[in-house]
Amino acid sequence: MSELTNLTIADARAKLGKGEISAVELTEAHIVAMEKARGLNAFVTETPELALERAREADAALKKKEGGLLAGIPLGIKDLFCTEGVRTTASSKILENFVPPYESTVSSNLRKAGAVMLGKTSLDEFAMGSSNMTSAFGPVISPWKRKDNSNAQLVPGGSSGGSASAVSARIAMGATGTDTGGSIRQPAAYCGIVGLKPTYGRCSRWGVIAYASSLDQAGPMTRSVKDAALMLQAMAGHDPKDSTSANIPLPDFAAALTGDIRGLKIGIPKEYRPDGLSAEISKLWDDGIEMLKAAGATPVEISLPHTKYALAAYYIVAPAECSSNLARYDGVRYGLRVEGKTLDDLYAKTRAAGFGQEVRRRILIGTYVLSAGYYDAYYTKAQKVRALIAEDFRKAYETVDVILTPTAPSAAFGLGETNQDPVAMWLNDVFTVPASLAGLPGISLPTGLSSDGLPLGLQLLGRPFDEETVLKVAGVLESAAGFKATPAGVEI
Amino acid sequence: MGYVIQGETGDWELVIGLEVHAQVTSKSKLFSGAATSFGAEPNTEVSLVDAAMPGMLPVINAYCVEQAIRTGLGLKAQINKTSVFARKNYFYADLPQGYQISQYDQPIVGEGEVILDMKDGSTRTIGIERLHLEQDAGKSLHDQHPSKSFIDLNRAGTALMEIVSKPDMRSPEEAAAYVTKLRSIVRYLGTCDGNMAEGSMRCDVNVSVRKAGEPFRTRAEIKNVNSIRFMFQAIEYEARRQIDIYEEGGEVVQETRLFDAHKGETRSMRSKENAHDYRYFPDPDLLPLVLSDEEIATIKASLPELPDEKKERFMRDYLLSNYDAGVLVADQESAHFFESVAKGRDPKLAANWVMGDFFGALNRVGGDITNPPVTAANLGALIDLISDNTLSGRLAKDVFELMVETGRAPGDIVEEKGLRQVTDTGAIEKSIADVLAANPDKVAEYRSGKDKLFGFFVGQVMKTTGGKANPAMVNDILKKLLG
Repeated sequence: MSELTNLTIADARAKLGKGEISAVELTEAHIVAMEKARGLNAFVTETPELALERAREADAALKKKEGGLLAGIPLGIKDLFCTEGVRTTASSKILENFVPPYESTVSSNLRKAGAVMLGKTSLDEFAMGSSNMTSAFGPVISPWKRKDNSNAQLVPGGSSGGSASAVSARIAMGATGTDTGGSIRQPAAYCGIVGLKPTYGRCSRWGVIAYASSLDQAGPMTRSVKDAALMLQAMAGHDPKDSTSANIPLPDFAAALTGDIRGLKIGIPKEYRPDGLSAEISKLWDDGIEMLKAAGATPVEISLPHTKYALAAYYIVAPAECSSNLARYDGVRYGLRVEGKTLDDLYAKTRAAGFGQEVRRRILIGTYVLSAGYYDAYYTKAQKVRALIAEDFRKAYETVDVILTPTAPSAAFGLGETNQDPVAMWLNDVFTVPASLAGLPGISLPTGLSSDGLPLGLQLLGRPFDEETVLKVAGVLESAAGFKATPAGVEI
Repeated sequence: MGYVIQGETGDWELVIGLEVHAQVTSKSKLFSGAATSFGAEPNTEVSLVDAAMPGMLPVINAYCVEQAIRTGLGLKAQINKTSVFARKNYFYADLPQGYQISQYDQPIVGEGEVILDMKDGSTRTIGIERLHLEQDAGKSLHDQHPSKSFIDLNRAGTALMEIVSKPDMRSPEEAAAYVTKLRSIVRYLGTCDGNMAEGSMRCDVNVSVRKAGEPFRTRAEIKNVNSIRFMFQAIEYEARRQIDIYEEGGEVVQETRLFDAHKGETRSMRSKENAHDYRYFPDPDLLPLVLSDEEIATIKASLPELPDEKKERFMRDYLLSNYDAGVLVADQESAHFFESVAKGRDPKLAANWVMGDFFGALNRVGGDITNPPVTAANLGALIDLISDNTLSGRLAKDVFELMVETGRAPGDIVEEKGLRQVTDTGAIEKSIADVLAANPDKVAEYRSGKDKLFGFFVGQVMKTTGGKANPAMVNDILKKLLG
């Protein structure tokens, strides 16, 4: 562990700008960390040579005072973002050897800002999962250990588990994630880092392998709120290649971190405190409320009455879209092909061999809910629920500025500790899914530890395209919580 | 009494509805920037979007949307200010996305109509149910290799307008007239080249039969009907097949059937077990298509004069019959040719020449009206020579043939060949007198009441004058001299 890998992006920018450190030095330190931490299995593909090449470019630009916003900052890129000339797998066998001839808009924006790509981080296969256990290339391990010395391997959460693990373990200064139902926020909470899901439409989806198009949204995963603001600045922006990308100006996100939240109203939704909520999550939340109150904000109890239907609606809408989005992986043009006697046989064999169990499950569910005779009962009904959930939030934001909730119902669990019931696994998303369905911006940041010594996160949700208020409140909460815990083997 | 088919149990009526897929005239595809030229090398006009590479997204081509609106306005149809693209999901090797982006319950164009001019002078109004935009699939080539199929994705993603008629047609003639009229309208509008041979216009035909006065019976959808002639055959075959089933006590099943042009028959394409469930749902990659009144008005203001209006004008300004006007306006080039010929001349005479000898010659030489065997100016000059009595109708036909052969102006031909008609009364009287003198017995017969011989005398006079005598004058003088 070196001092360099402990820096935040904001600090590293300052040092790079002043010439105190070079991008090559910084990148080399992270490459060493990446090699040392291979046991975490956070990366599907490491690109150290490419990283050094980009670091040298960044140094040259920095020398001429022409460095971009993220010049020389080593990042992990979730392996769902297509990267030109670099294998992009979605952690699936079906794309095991797929090398895109194009670069996603978000990763291209990061590159233009001078960021250095260390490699492609692992994820749940096609971003479907909350544990990173569904990756075709083995599970990602969280760098965190319980303090009981059991040495049990913990999941980093998912689907952006490789990114969360890498940022938490100080392999990368930040990483891209994508969030469909909580895939940025939940792993951020499990790994004790900051994860920001922007408003749907803030970051282009072009070149991001689709899971559920109406929900997928890219965002930053970092070790500080300010870093998240900086990274989002580089990632976001209107893209004419994505029809759902919002054509609205980008504010200066970092400038929103004024530290002043006096007079803001913080919504506390009563539906997020179900009977079975663990005492420590409940306390974490209460502590967070007190911190914001102490900073001059006013907590207001609100009701989001349709919350209880959100998970069910999500697990109809997302699989429905995925069943169609994943139809293109048919073995005909690229990716895995298993030959068959007929075209149908080729499809069946290719897809059976190429997709893992969870992906197959969601494709089947999605196919079912869109079928003739079931469409209205499932898909149409779910869309109605989705509209009601969005309306719940809209009403709430008439009285409050931001909403505070726990990010996940528990701390990270151990590999193989959960039962095999997929529905139990889906419950991890219970607090993150509603904002996804409503397309709202949300951030998770670590504010405390569980009794086991594992990080726990709180989530702040904002109005559409009001990432600024979310970041501002998150910044205050971050300072107040003073979360300093580090994963095993990481010392500050 | 309309078109009926006689069966053993009585007369049957045909019910026909058409779904026409018209490829939108556009330089690029519906959701990608790839080009759309016909006959390009396989897989050379394929973008990352068309090949459905991971993470690729569709972006609507605004020009294709305009073309659909233009077509909708040309069909006097309702333009829907909000329409939605939906995914039609099915697996096939030439469908890269695994779904076709189409429009399902909210198409861009709603109800409209097409007016048909039938040969007997009557008109029929055929309702349009809807027009929607959708992507075409690629092409599978099964005959290039003994065990493999080849895929050409050039066509994948090309914009199509699916134009669905109401089941308003009652005969193969009406169906043919409908397709012809639709093709004429889209060509006028420049929204589809209407080329059935190249596949830029394709028809699926829905056919059912019923006894007069009955509600609709079960229909079969016939695919792969790619010429008007085949459509005729397919409808007649399918109607007979259904009537035979009913008359043998069976039931027609609703199904998709393929027309086999070689055998001239239709056959079932897929059984019910394999019936597709397309799982339509709104495409989450695309926002609803919202149009403003201004956009629609701007397009409306730019529409050309369409066949129906042009026909009205031809009937009004040139005093043409409904049928003649309908034939002349069927395509813009013919209408323009006619107007060039008719300008400042007798319109009826111009119409007769254009539709008669000129179209005949065009057919005979297999020419194209944009490069005609006789120019409009020369045909006009020929009509002038008729009008000023330089040429008789009969001589004009001879001159016209020489014009077709040589491409020369009629005046030159007349001068060179000395074909100017004889209008000199003295000369004609002399010719007639010679004929009468040579045939005294026929003159006697005529005078004793055998009127039919008049034609004989005319023929003899024309023969002696080499056809150049003015026929009207010959008639008049003959009558006088035969007294």
